[in-house]
Amino acid sequence: MTILAKFSPLRDTYVSLKGQGYDPFQLSFDTITSPTEGTLNGRPVLLLGTNNYLGLTYDPACIDKAVEAVKTRGTGTTGSRIANGTYEGHAALEASLARFYGRKHAMVFTTGYQANLGVLSTLAGKGDHLIIDADSHASIYDGVKLGNAAVHRFRHNDPEDLYKRLRRIEGEPGDKLIVIEGIYSMMGDCAPLREIAAVKRETGAYLLVDEAHSLGVLGARGRGLAEAAGVEADVDFIVGTFSKSLGSVGGFCLADLDGFDILRVACRPYMFTASLPPSVVASTLEALNQLELQPELRLRLRANAQQLYSGLESLGLELGPHVNPIISITMPNPEAAIAFWSRLLEAGIYLNLSLPPATPNGRSLLRSSISAAHTPAQIDRAIATIAAIGRDLGVVPSADMSETRLRRSVAE
Amino acid sequence: MAQSAVIRRNIVESLEATVKRPLEIAGNTKIAADLGLDSLAIMDFIMELEDRLDLSIPLNRIAEVETIDDLVRTIEELKEDAK
Ligand SMILES: Cc1ncc(COP(=O)(O)O)c(C=O)c1O
Repeated sequence: MTILAKFSPLRDTYVSLKGQGYDPFQLSFDTITSPTEGTLNGRPVLLLGTNNYLGLTYDPACIDKAVEAVKTRGTGTTGSRIANGTYEGHAALEASLARFYGRKHAMVFTTGYQANLGVLSTLAGKGDHLIIDADSHASIYDGVKLGNAAVHRFRHNDPEDLYKRLRRIEGEPGDKLIVIEGIYSMMGDCAPLREIAAVKRETGAYLLVDEAHSLGVLGARGRGLAEAAGVEADVDFIVGTFSKSLGSVGGFCLADLDGFDILRVACRPYMFTASLPPSVVASTLEALNQLELQPELRLRLRANAQQLYSGLESLGLELGPHVNPIISITMPNPEAAIAFWSRLLEAGIYLNLSLPPATPNGRSLLRSSISAAHTPAQIDRAIATIAAIGRDLGVVPSADMSETRLRRSVAE
Repeated sequence: MAQSAVIRRNIVESLEATVKRPLEIAGNTKIAADLGLDSLAIMDFIMELEDRLDLSIPLNRIAEVETIDDLVRTIEELKEDAK
């Protein structure tokens, strides 16, 4: 018995998972060569699960800025901003984000995960209330756990349920902060933000939207769901990440609230970790610039998402309710999901395998995310491959095959 | 019925609604260890229970709960606070 003994149930689950195909948690690419391609075990693989929505990881302007920054400013900051100071890039990035969103204040974090940890644990203190969507990302769950506020959970994307739960704590003292996401990372569905904003107004709560998957994806200027839904004025805090549409790493929080900057000396996940290196800051700044300069990327992304969604839908697969760049196929059970995922890898297509309890309602998912950098031909190939493997495994209905027989063979 | 008996009955009903099978439950039954509920299932069970009792049971108050008796006590405290 060692200190690791407590992990034996988890280890058993993990080992049984590995026994069924590739190890989804140890996947190792030989190389990545573009936003949509890499090689795995010496063979080319199409990347269909990387959250690289605008394909900016290989944007020449972003690369140039990063190279220039690393040469002139060095490889890292070797400390936090309160200890080692703010570099001009950090301040420029905050100013640029604030301008892009039309907000007074911007605060940059080292990851989006840390932005949620920091903002949620600090904004809401003892006696305050956090009201979070049931399907919130792990960083939101961890953030609310790190703080001292009371945490309430409402049914996913259900404004009436949110309202009911706020009514239950109506008379209680303390501030109330509703926390939702623009696009949910597992099923790719959007929050009903207009209705949630109405609940917020009626109950006097604050509203935070995590636009991690919607920045650069939704809205006329790419600001996210709040812009698309026309309720930006109701959103008090916007959290986001640079690790998806902006192709780098880092997180942020934006607000108009006067005095917001006090968080810089109160928020521990901001204060006690090294700040972003100059090259990351430089490529992120340029990516934000490219996002504005190339609105056509967003249009291509939309068209690509529609192509994949329609293609998979026509196969009779069960998808999420909204056409967004995250497209998840619900599998009948974990075994089928693992088999399907492994077969796709063998056929040169990489997407994400998502299993309970990390998924809503115990679903087993093949989660894909589309990029503006995908070509229609690549998407067609993905659909055709998914169709062929799906038929073979009995997950995609087929006229000339006995579905039940194949279903049984998947379960075995 | 005494308040704690009502709470207890609602706990059992909510648990059964969550796991979708009848359960043998005593006061010292451990919710996670004995009933095999993972973290997500516990949160879903609590959500169901909140609706039955029309009471908010904050997640941070669940962290200290291990057994059914612990939960009954926590709910009694929450009801007391709400008065
Ligand atoms: C909704 C949501 N918030 C926050 C994060 C964390 O972002 P990051 O990768 O920058 O830590 C993610 C992605 O992992 C996410 O899906």
